[in-house]
Amino acid sequence: MTDFDLVRKNLFRKPLRTILLTISIFMAFLIFGLLVSLNVGLERATESGSASDRLIVSNKINFTEPLPIAYVNRIAAIKGVTGVTHSSWFGAYYKDPRTSRFVGFAVDPETYLTLYANDVRIPQAQRQAFIAERTGVIVGKAVADQFGWKVGQTVPISSNIYAQPNGRRSWDMKISGIFTGAKPTDSTSALYFHYDYLNESATFGRDQIGNVAVRTASPDLNDAVAKAIDASFANSPYETSTVDEKTFARAFLKQAGDLNFIVSMVVAAAFAAILMIVSTTLVSAMRERTKEIGVMKTLGFSSPRVLRMVLGEALMLSTIGAVLGLGTSAVMLGGLSKSPVGANFGDLNMSPVVAISGLLLAVTLGLVTGAVPAISALRMSIVDALTRR
Amino acid sequence: MSLLSQTRSVIAMNVRSIPQRLWMSLATVVSIALVVAVLLGFLALANGFNQTLKGSGAPDVAIILRDGSQAELNSSLSRDQVDLLAQGPGVRRGADGKPLISAELMLVVDGIKKSSGTKANMPLRGIGPNGLAVRKQVRLQTGRMFAPGSNEIVVGAGLLREFNGFEMGKTIRFGTQTWRVVGVFEAPGTVFESELWADAPVVQSLFNRGTSYQTARVVLADPAMLPAFVAYAKNEPRLQLEAKSEQAFYAAQAERSGALIKYFGWPLGIIMAIGALAGALNTMYSSVSNRAAEIATLRVIGFSGFSAFMGTMVEALVLSALGAFLGVAICAVGFNGLSASTLGAGFTQVAFRLQIGPQIIGQAVTLALVIGLVGGIFPGWRAARQKPLLALAA
Repeated sequence: MTDFDLVRKNLFRKPLRTILLTISIFMAFLIFGLLVSLNVGLERATESGSASDRLIVSNKINFTEPLPIAYVNRIAAIKGVTGVTHSSWFGAYYKDPRTSRFVGFAVDPETYLTLYANDVRIPQAQRQAFIAERTGVIVGKAVADQFGWKVGQTVPISSNIYAQPNGRRSWDMKISGIFTGAKPTDSTSALYFHYDYLNESATFGRDQIGNVAVRTASPDLNDAVAKAIDASFANSPYETSTVDEKTFARAFLKQAGDLNFIVSMVVAAAFAAILMIVSTTLVSAMRERTKEIGVMKTLGFSSPRVLRMVLGEALMLSTIGAVLGLGTSAVMLGGLSKSPVGANFGDLNMSPVVAISGLLLAVTLGLVTGAVPAISALRMSIVDALTRR
Repeated sequence: MSLLSQTRSVIAMNVRSIPQRLWMSLATVVSIALVVAVLLGFLALANGFNQTLKGSGAPDVAIILRDGSQAELNSSLSRDQVDLLAQGPGVRRGADGKPLISAELMLVVDGIKKSSGTKANMPLRGIGPNGLAVRKQVRLQTGRMFAPGSNEIVVGAGLLREFNGFEMGKTIRFGTQTWRVVGVFEAPGTVFESELWADAPVVQSLFNRGTSYQTARVVLADPAMLPAFVAYAKNEPRLQLEAKSEQAFYAAQAERSGALIKYFGWPLGIIMAIGALAGALNTMYSSVSNRAAEIATLRVIGFSGFSAFMGTMVEALVLSALGAFLGVAICAVGFNGLSASTLGAGFTQVAFRLQIGPQIIGQAVTLALVIGLVGGIFPGWRAARQKPLLALAA
C-alpha cells in the first residue's frame, strides 16, 4: 500500500463527511469559475469589438452631445489619419418602443463599412446594393431572424429621438443586406442606414452627427493624432474629446458599476466560508485519528511523512472539489453563452488563465486548511498520541 | 416525564454543549452569516435603487414627454406646446395665479465617477422658475440657487458624493462657456439628487436648443385629474404628447432593476447556501456522533427518539439563527447607507444608497433558517434512530 492509497482511504473513511466537504468546496469553485469568467468575458467583449488603430471623436461635453458634420472632412485632413467615418444614434425600434429596441445608427455607408469591415461582415453584392440605395438599411442577423425579415423587403423603423416633418416617427427602409459579426458569438442586434436619408427628413439635428470614428496609420500615432484632433477644435462651440476605442468602450462599461469589486467581494466571501468549514472539519477529523497517528509513528512513519500525508489529504480534498467546480462552471458557461442572456456578455467560456488560477487557489486552500492539523500531527509525541482520548 | 419536558431538557443540553464543538459550530455560524451578508448586500443594492426611483415621483405631478420617447433625454417639446399644456385641465395655479408648469431641458454632460476614475453621464437639467414648485422634496443645503439668466449651476448632494468635477465654487467649461457651481441641494432618496440644475433659457442658448424644451411637469390640483390631463395631452391635435404621473414614470424605471436580483443575487445566494448547508450538515452529524453515548444514555433511561431529534434540530436552528443575526449585522454596519451609482434607464447616472429593510431582511433570514432546518433534519433523524445499546457498547 502506497502513501497515496493511505491518503485516499483516510479521506473516504467517512464518505458522508467527505462528500459534504467536497460539496462545500465545489460550490465555492463554481462561484469562482462563473463570476471570474463572466468578468473576463465582459472585459474581452469590450476589447474584441475595438481595434487598436481606431479612435472615437465625440463632443467634449458628453458623447450624447452632437458634432457638426463639417468636422468629418476637417478630421480627415489631419496628419496620421487614414480613414474617417461617422455615426449617429437613432434610438431604433420596430413597432413597440419597449420590447423591440435595438442598436441603430445612421452612418455614411461606404466609409463606415470600410472602417468596420471586420466587425460588420456582409456579402460584396449586398454591400454594393446598400451603398447605392438611399433608403437602404443593413440589419444584423439577430434582428432579421427575430422579425423574419428578408433582403429586398421594406420595413418601417422607428426612432425614439427623431421625427419627420409630418409627425411620423418611423422611416421606411429597404433591407439591402444582412450582416454577421466577426465571430459567431458577437451580438448582431443592430442596424445601419444612410445618414443622408435621416438628415434630409428629420425635424431637428440637421447636419449634426453623433461620433466620428478615425483610423490612424499606426496605433503608435494614436496619442499624437488624438491630441491634434482635439487641439484643432479647441475653443470652438463644439470642442472634442478623442480617445481610442478600447478606452471609450471600457469607460462606458464602467458606468454600470464596479463589477470587479462586486466579483472579488463575493468570491472572497465564498472562500472565507469554505475555508472555515473545511479547516475546522479537518481539525476535528484529525483529532479523532490522534491514536492512529501515534500508531503510525510507532511503526516508524517519520514525522515529516505523517505531515505530508495529512497535507496530502487536505490537498486531495480541495483539488477534487475544485476540479468538479471548475468543470461544472465551464459546462454552465457553455450553456449560458448559447442563451439570449449570455449573448450580452460576449464570448463566454473558461479561459486557461481562469482555470489555472482556480487550480492554484485549490492548492492554496488545501495547504491552508491542512496546515493546522498537519502541524499538530507533526509535533505530536507518540506517548501523547496513544494516551489521549 | 412528559414528551414536552423531555424535549425541552434535551434541547437545553444540546444548546449548552455547543461551546464543546466551538470551532465547527463557529464555522457554521460564520458561513451562514456570509451567505446572508452576500444575499442581503445584493438585495440592499436593488432595494436602494428601487426606493430612490419610487421616491422620486409625486402622485400629483404629471410629466409630459413626446410620445414614444421613453426617456426625458429623447423627448422634445416646442414653446407653443408648453403654453398649451399650461392651459390643460386640472393644472393647479400658484400664488401668483399662474399655472404651475415647469418646462425643462435634459442633456448629458461628463463627470468623473469616483469609484472608477472614468467618465460618466451626468444629467444637466435646465429648469425655470417653477422647477422647485414641482419638486417639493428639494431643499438647498449650501450656497444659493442659480440666478436667472446667469451661467450658474446648482448640484445635487448625491452627485457630489459619487462624482468629481462639480464641487461647490468650481468653474466648469462646456464648449466655449464657463459655468460656476453656486449651490448644493438635497432631495434625499430621489433621483433629482443626482442632477445638475441650471437656468433653462441659458441652457437653451448655450447648448443651441433654440426655444425648444424636452419635458414638462405640471402640478395637478388633484391626482384624480390625471386621466383628464392625459387625455388632453394625447388628443389635442397640436400636442399629441404622452403624459403620465411622475410616480408611474419612475416606478416603471424601477421595475427593470429587478433583473439584477433575478440574474445575480439570488442564484449566488442559493449556490453559497448549498455550500454552507453542506458545512452545517457536517457540523450537526459530528455533533450527533460526538454525543452518541449521551444520546444512547438518554434513550436507555426512557427519553424518546423525538426528543433526540428535536435536540439536534433546535441546535441547528440556533446556529443558523446566530449566523443570520451576524450576517444582518455585517450588512447593517458595513453596507447599509453605502453610496453607489449606476447608469439608470434615463441613460444618466443615478446615485443611491444601499438600503436594507424588513422585507429583504426577512428573505435573507428565511434562507438562513432553511439551511438550519435542512441541516438539522437529517442529523436529527440519525440521532433519533440511534440504537441505544450499540452506541453505548462502542
